[in-house]
Amino acid sequence: MSMQALFGQLLVGLINGSFYAMLSLGLAIIFGLLGITNIAQGAFYMLGGFTTWLLFHWAGIGYFWALLLVPVIVGLVGAAIEKTLLRQVYNLDHMYGLLLTFGIMMFIQGMFVYFFATAGRPYAVPSALGGAYNLGFMYLPKYRGWVVLASVVFCFATWFAIEKTSLGRTLRAATENPTLTRAFGVNVPGLMTIGFGIGVALAGAAGVLAAPIYPVSPLMGADLIIVVFAVVVVGGMGSILGSIVTSMMLGLLEGLTKVVYPQGSNMVIFVIMFIVLLIRPAGLFGRER
Amino acid sequence: MTDASVSSPVLAVEDVAGHYGDSHILHGVSMHVSPGEVVTIVGRNGAGKTTLLRAIMGILAKRAGSIKVFDRETIAFAPEKIARLGVGYVPEERGIYATLDVTENLMLPPKVAEGGMSVEQIYQLFPNLHERRRSPGTRLSGGEQQMLAIARVLRTGAKLLLLDEPTEGLAPVIVQQIGATIELMKKQGLTLILVEQNFRFASRLADRHYVMENGRIVDEIERSQVTARMDAIKSYLGI
Amino acid sequence: MSQETLQSVAPITSPSVKSVGPDLTLVWYGLGIAALLAAPFFFYPIFLVKVLCFALFACAFNLLLGSCGLLSFGHAAFFGAAGYVAGHAAKEWGLPFEAALVCGTATAAAIGLLFGYVSVRRQGLQFAMITLALAQLVYFLALQLPFTHAEDGLSAIPRGKVLGMFDLNNIFVLYYATAAVFLIGFIAMHRMTNSTFGQLLRAIRDNEPRAISLGYEVHRYKLMAFVLSATMAGLAGSTKAIAFKIVALTDVHWSTSGSVILMTLLGGLGTLFGPVVGAAVVVSMEDYLADSGLPINAVIGAIFILCILLFRRGIVGEIQQRFGKR
Repeated sequence: MSMQALFGQLLVGLINGSFYAMLSLGLAIIFGLLGITNIAQGAFYMLGGFTTWLLFHWAGIGYFWALLLVPVIVGLVGAAIEKTLLRQVYNLDHMYGLLLTFGIMMFIQGMFVYFFATAGRPYAVPSALGGAYNLGFMYLPKYRGWVVLASVVFCFATWFAIEKTSLGRTLRAATENPTLTRAFGVNVPGLMTIGFGIGVALAGAAGVLAAPIYPVSPLMGADLIIVVFAVVVVGGMGSILGSIVTSMMLGLLEGLTKVVYPQGSNMVIFVIMFIVLLIRPAGLFGRER
Repeated sequence: MTDASVSSPVLAVEDVAGHYGDSHILHGVSMHVSPGEVVTIVGRNGAGKTTLLRAIMGILAKRAGSIKVFDRETIAFAPEKIARLGVGYVPEERGIYATLDVTENLMLPPKVAEGGMSVEQIYQLFPNLHERRRSPGTRLSGGEQQMLAIARVLRTGAKLLLLDEPTEGLAPVIVQQIGATIELMKKQGLTLILVEQNFRFASRLADRHYVMENGRIVDEIERSQVTARMDAIKSYLGI
Repeated sequence: MSQETLQSVAPITSPSVKSVGPDLTLVWYGLGIAALLAAPFFFYPIFLVKVLCFALFACAFNLLLGSCGLLSFGHAAFFGAAGYVAGHAAKEWGLPFEAALVCGTATAAAIGLLFGYVSVRRQGLQFAMITLALAQLVYFLALQLPFTHAEDGLSAIPRGKVLGMFDLNNIFVLYYATAAVFLIGFIAMHRMTNSTFGQLLRAIRDNEPRAISLGYEVHRYKLMAFVLSATMAGLAGSTKAIAFKIVALTDVHWSTSGSVILMTLLGGLGTLFGPVVGAAVVVSMEDYLADSGLPINAVIGAIFILCILLFRRGIVGEIQQRFGKR
């Protein structure tokens, strides 16, 4: 088993881990602020990938512009959905929120399958990021390195925004005690819309990053979100840092399994989840809610 | 003096009903507060005092009647809209955010009017808060949390302040400090509504007392009448 | 504003059915059995067979939700896995109809025990995510294990004879056999709901800390309910596999889990007959949509959304509301 193959797979694992991290970060923001588990997060990831593809094939807008525009577009779509649909279920049992986002996922995915069919579409790696670096023990495709770097930047930027800025401070306060925060004059409902927008924008951003490496298809988000759920269960609903670490770890593990026992690679994360549930039900970094 | 004030009341509550779910808590409550007054709401546990404050603040969802704050009818307003009229809220549980440190707690409530205290002035008034400014909010002692809860609305410039049991569970020394702070707020011309179980504390500061029982206002006692009506007050409060 | 819970929307009807008097229950059962007997003369039997299988499946899902308040997002795992095993038993091992059903159902029970053990310790959203993820595990197994034939599916499953005598290739025999299976399952679940065990589960659902403080091993009881629910789902899946002679990956896919949730939601969460009504509606709808060329999943998603926003009580729930039945 060559070093190249091993490190190649680990790199893919790291990339997957990055996507898990971005999606689970978005999930955590949405859950914290709105109390909703957004099962449609995968659909927004797909929306991000597709919008990237469409921007190029319908409007000739390239990758780097997409990186800026797509999260905004996806965020706006999310905000619209929050204002019209999600808002209606806040004072209901949390399960209704999950069911609603499930319906939204089926709808979005179904519509895209209808209009675009299920076959994956290729998207070219931007020329600035083409080629590879020869690191000696492996070739590092520039684009793949870029994906990991960009994800880290997105996650860090989100973390920074939440922990260090005044908007983040207000978001954290609204998450902890929405009623009191409103009593101070903060427009919490508006914040919730923004929070949802940011949460899905992260998924959309992951979609942009994914477009050149994974075929853009209406189904690209569906299986991904289930894995992300397993990652969230393993990591626990605790810290932002915890879910990022768990995502990377599990991504790497998945990559490693692909090398050692390929048939098990898409199941390994679920098996790990099963084991973690046996010994640490609240998750590795979770605080018992 | 309770002859009709020349300026309109800061707060005019007219025949307000309030519910928690199906429980009818407030019945036909009417009261008013003039600018610069300190008014307390006293009564036994469960009389509905906190519920009344929550109704004024807009966080009691099911409310009916008329509540005018600074001449605006707020009965149907969202809480953030009421706050932005210039109302500050210090809840009974103090509401210090655990996920924010002391400074963030202090800076969180947005400015709702001009004339609020500056951060420097606040730290001068409350030196312990300055010392602990990077601590997580809930690591403070009860008294410090109460100071923080008051301090952060002082920063916002709110002109009408609602304080719910500010001295509850605090040591006498801290109670004195809070009393001094409230005196200071009075001097600055702020209008205060105080819910207090500690009548001695309340009587030193208030211009008027409303007595609540079973969700209704049952009496109104001027400062000057307090000594004369002490027996009645004691029976209202069950002491 | 009081929070609307899944339970408050459509309260479990069994206690009220009981209080109305045992006679009425028998009347309903009589009507139901009469309807079952007469139905194939009014509707296409094969369509009814499909409805009955999914109705049983939906009832099984609803059992867990109603008794324990647990919303499983992975019930397709039991449905489909049982189908594969039953189909394999009938096709490769040549087992007769009843034995194949038992094999499939037992498989579902075993998986239910395994999955239930880790799932029931969690609630609400965590439970939903866990069941979804575990079911995905089953999906990937189905994708890879040789006996399932992956995308091709397990096909040409022989129907055999029921009771060793009646040829299930006769559509009426098939229908009545399915109806019998459905009745057995339905009655078993109804009886459980009305039993002391069912009451205990509801008590746990309504106030778990209190039940724990009274000394009840709540997780064990929830696990039992989970396994029963999985078993019934497996029975439904096994029956469907043999009735339709094919099991495919879609039977273990999360969209099937979603389908059964929709059936129950549309029919009425937590009601006794809701899942049956919902199954009939959704199966009809899916058949119609498949021919119409409209995007099936998009329409189902849209109906889901509309149900959650405007129609939470479901068909049976609304009817109960109108007629003041509590």
